[in-house]
Amino acid sequence: MNAAEIPILSIMLAVPLVGALLCLFARAEIARVIALVATLFDLLLGIWLWTSYDPSGAQWQFVEIAQLFGPIGWKLGVDGISVMLIMLSVFLMPICIGASWRTITERVGLYMAAFLLMETLMIGVFAAQDLLLFYIMFEAGLIPMYLIIGIWGGANRIYASYKFFLYTLLGSVFMLLAMLWMIQQAGTADIPTLLNHDFPKEAQTILWLAFFASFAVKMPMWPVHTWLPDAHVQAPTAGSVILAGVLLKMGGYGFLRFSLPMFPEASAQFIWLIFGLSMVAVVYTSLVALVQNDMKKLIAYSSVAHMAIVTVGLFTFNQQGIEGSIIVMLSHGLVSGALFLCVGVIYDRLHTREISRYGGLSINMPKYALLFMLFTMASVGLPGTSGFVGEFLSLAGAYKVSTWATLIATTGIILGAGYMLYLYRRIAFGDQVNADAAAMPDLESRELWLLAPIAAAVLWMGIYPESFLAPIRRDVATIVHRVERAAPAGDTALKEHDKTTAKYRVKAQHGGHEEKPAEGAQH
Amino acid sequence: MSMNHDLALIAPELTLSFASLALLLLAAWRSDWGRLISLLAVGVLVIAGWSAADLWIAAGDGDSALTVAFGGLLTADGFAQFAKLLVYFAAAISLLIAPTFLEKAGAMRAEYPVLVLLAAVGMGIMVSATDLLTLYVGLELNSLAAYVLASFARTDGRSAEAGLKYFVLGALASGILLYGMSLIYGFTGSTDFHAIGNAMSGEIGIGLLLGLIFVLSGLAFKISAAPFHMWTPDVYEGAPTPVTAFFASAPKVAATALLIRITIEAFGNQIAAWQQIIIVVSLMSIIIGAVGAIGQQNLKRLLAYSSINNVGFMLIGLATGTEQGIAGMLVYLAIYVLMTLGGFICLMQLKGSDGTMKENMSDIAGLSKTRPALAAAFAVFMFSLAGIPPLFGFWGKLVVFNAAVAAGLFPLAVIGIAASVIGAFYYLKVVKTMYFDDGDDDMIVEADDKALGWIGGALALAVSPLGYLSIPFLSAVTLQAARSLF
Repeated sequence: MNAAEIPILSIMLAVPLVGALLCLFARAEIARVIALVATLFDLLLGIWLWTSYDPSGAQWQFVEIAQLFGPIGWKLGVDGISVMLIMLSVFLMPICIGASWRTITERVGLYMAAFLLMETLMIGVFAAQDLLLFYIMFEAGLIPMYLIIGIWGGANRIYASYKFFLYTLLGSVFMLLAMLWMIQQAGTADIPTLLNHDFPKEAQTILWLAFFASFAVKMPMWPVHTWLPDAHVQAPTAGSVILAGVLLKMGGYGFLRFSLPMFPEASAQFIWLIFGLSMVAVVYTSLVALVQNDMKKLIAYSSVAHMAIVTVGLFTFNQQGIEGSIIVMLSHGLVSGALFLCVGVIYDRLHTREISRYGGLSINMPKYALLFMLFTMASVGLPGTSGFVGEFLSLAGAYKVSTWATLIATTGIILGAGYMLYLYRRIAFGDQVNADAAAMPDLESRELWLLAPIAAAVLWMGIYPESFLAPIRRDVATIVHRVERAAPAGDTALKEHDKTTAKYRVKAQHGGHEEKPAEGAQH
Repeated sequence: MSMNHDLALIAPELTLSFASLALLLLAAWRSDWGRLISLLAVGVLVIAGWSAADLWIAAGDGDSALTVAFGGLLTADGFAQFAKLLVYFAAAISLLIAPTFLEKAGAMRAEYPVLVLLAAVGMGIMVSATDLLTLYVGLELNSLAAYVLASFARTDGRSAEAGLKYFVLGALASGILLYGMSLIYGFTGSTDFHAIGNAMSGEIGIGLLLGLIFVLSGLAFKISAAPFHMWTPDVYEGAPTPVTAFFASAPKVAATALLIRITIEAFGNQIAAWQQIIIVVSLMSIIIGAVGAIGQQNLKRLLAYSSINNVGFMLIGLATGTEQGIAGMLVYLAIYVLMTLGGFICLMQLKGSDGTMKENMSDIAGLSKTRPALAAAFAVFMFSLAGIPPLFGFWGKLVVFNAAVAAGLFPLAVIGIAASVIGAFYYLKVVKTMYFDDGDDDMIVEADDKALGWIGGALALAVSPLGYLSIPFLSAVTLQAARSLF
């Protein structure tokens, strides 16, 4: 049976929402079960959605339209990019619930309700086909996340929750004004229609900046990233997982869905800004990560660095770069989520995030050390893991546009290897200096069940990325085609009569022009 | 037009006036029947609302000859009826929530519902006035009732102080308003809105401009817009909470509607003259309302600043001077009434374990553990007032900003929306105190009046995302109401 026969997206939105309402009134034990069942059921629906999605079918599939709210259209629909991000959300969600199974003991019903509400809103963001609906879903996520950080967070949780809320709100309100203007100018809030609407060039600049304000904060890009380390460090483990795993991807998704195809000229005009900020971010946040003593903070800063590679890849205007950044987003969603879980595992045992309080864990926690090693390598971008595929593709795409930006962005991989391996060495290797850390038991089966699926997905994406590239290829090509007219020339094109390269040149080919890669040829 | 026609057009006011006189007589004999008289008054408001709705349907899409009463002193157009319905709704809720609270404060007397009804008559006249004189009569009828209501808990020093402050400052504002009116009358030769509107076309002199400024200042006082907002926190804090809920909703609707009508109908030809005033007042209200609330420890004062802040957002709609902007304002007003009544109803349920009513920020620490439903409802109202989607307050903000963008008022929209983030800070603070902080477990006990819980819950549902279902209806009626002004 094909999922298109039923309103599957609405059902996927409704399942966690109903679960959330039930959790509010349920006892702790029952709330946990409700949340797990709801998220697992949504995962099954998500798998069904993925398998029913036809990569060669219509661009927008599973479309649902209802006029319930006047000007706010209840329009849902997905393309390949949305399907992959929805998959990421529904995949991480049961893991988050599992990660909170034991650690959350206070106000469990409210906690589970907040997470389930979060799931509804995340799916809603990726499936919304109406600008206002998108905005509502995008912003509404602030409320449950504010509660998650503020109620169940660490010592400095209140500051972090305020900062998270107000920072992202300030970024987004300008986007709302821009959306209102766009709706009036184009006469519709329908995203697929707006994707092919040509806004005047002068207006594009302002609109692009308004959207940039929102997505750059969400992404987060340097220098508006400062909310992220605070929020990550203070949030409970599952909160960090969902924040790093999915919420940050909303920024990238926004650039991809709105900024690029709706304002191609302005995007081209601001490449320098994106590349500049990304280059700073890669180097700066990597160096900052290198000196952290707090595990969560280190991973938070590494997220900023990875997201900078995403932004570089997105604004390359070519197939490889954009495909690569989507894979980086998916991969980072899995890997950073897994790393936060790994931190959570040892935090639950020792209740400190201080790196120096651990050491030599590979002796007493071999299973843990093995999985942690895998995710460390995936974060570094070792071939065979998901991290490599995405980073390679996006940097290869970036090379066609700017050699310098690529050069500097690539240092992120080297620095990434630096801080991640350093972290791993301090935690898993070396002497067992702390007796209490040395006495910690290895992974229990619950924790193994949380980490193993992510490990499998990371390897799958690293070894056979085609499964993840196939659904997005056509949609990326659509975006590339749309922005082609504004694509930057690139600085790696060969000169017509360059003597040093003449001898390598194939005779029949007209050199000097960057060859548009045939679809899928690079894989 | 015949007298009968004129009287038919003011049926809601007639109903309310006669009923309030009858109830006053009843109150004179049976001063301990406050609760019954309150319920009767609610019934009267329902009947008046019914006849207002009836008139609205009869008025249809605005054949002005049918809606003008008493030779142009009053009108019964769609705009007036919409405002009246909102006012009656707010007044009815204020009556329903009051008795138990006032009884506990030792201030429940049968005059309370009568005064609310009389204020409602005044507000009905305010929103339908098309002449400076009827405007003033309505305004004063409402204000006099309001002064008494503010000091209704007469044994309470704060309440008496609030009434006195309100009276002195209100009288000052009325004086300013009257002075402006006299200037306008002097320079245009008429008190009729349409005649003033015609006389004000083209270039206007400094005298007329001063008149316009004075009138706007006086009305800005009545809607508690900055920089004429100083009385609001004091009066809101001192007055008994049900009365504060009433002040924050019904008179605000009426005064805002009055402001809309006078600016559009009488000063409509001089948009350039008042637009900049409204823009400045709007931005000042938003910013002062937001910044002033940050340091507040008393929740009633905080909600007072919140109402100043919200008036600022509403005025964005007026600043556009377009039909869309006015319709947006009306949507905002309707949602605002729900949110602000809900906020005050939550406050009224903060009964301490020692039996006294609590109204400080520190009293609600940890409320989400002891009274989860109350805390959730309060949080819903706070997020909604802050305009965070998916709550219904977001829609109100969206429509006024949409109108501002459509009218090309970009600086106003950008500054206003950025300042809304400052406002979000103190709403978040309330949620933070309830959800993140720890408090005494038995600080707040179950309120005496179960009706509060039901009404508050219903209002919370209305501003929850379920409210979005009413958007098609709300858009249609507000647009129709706004159209009758143009």
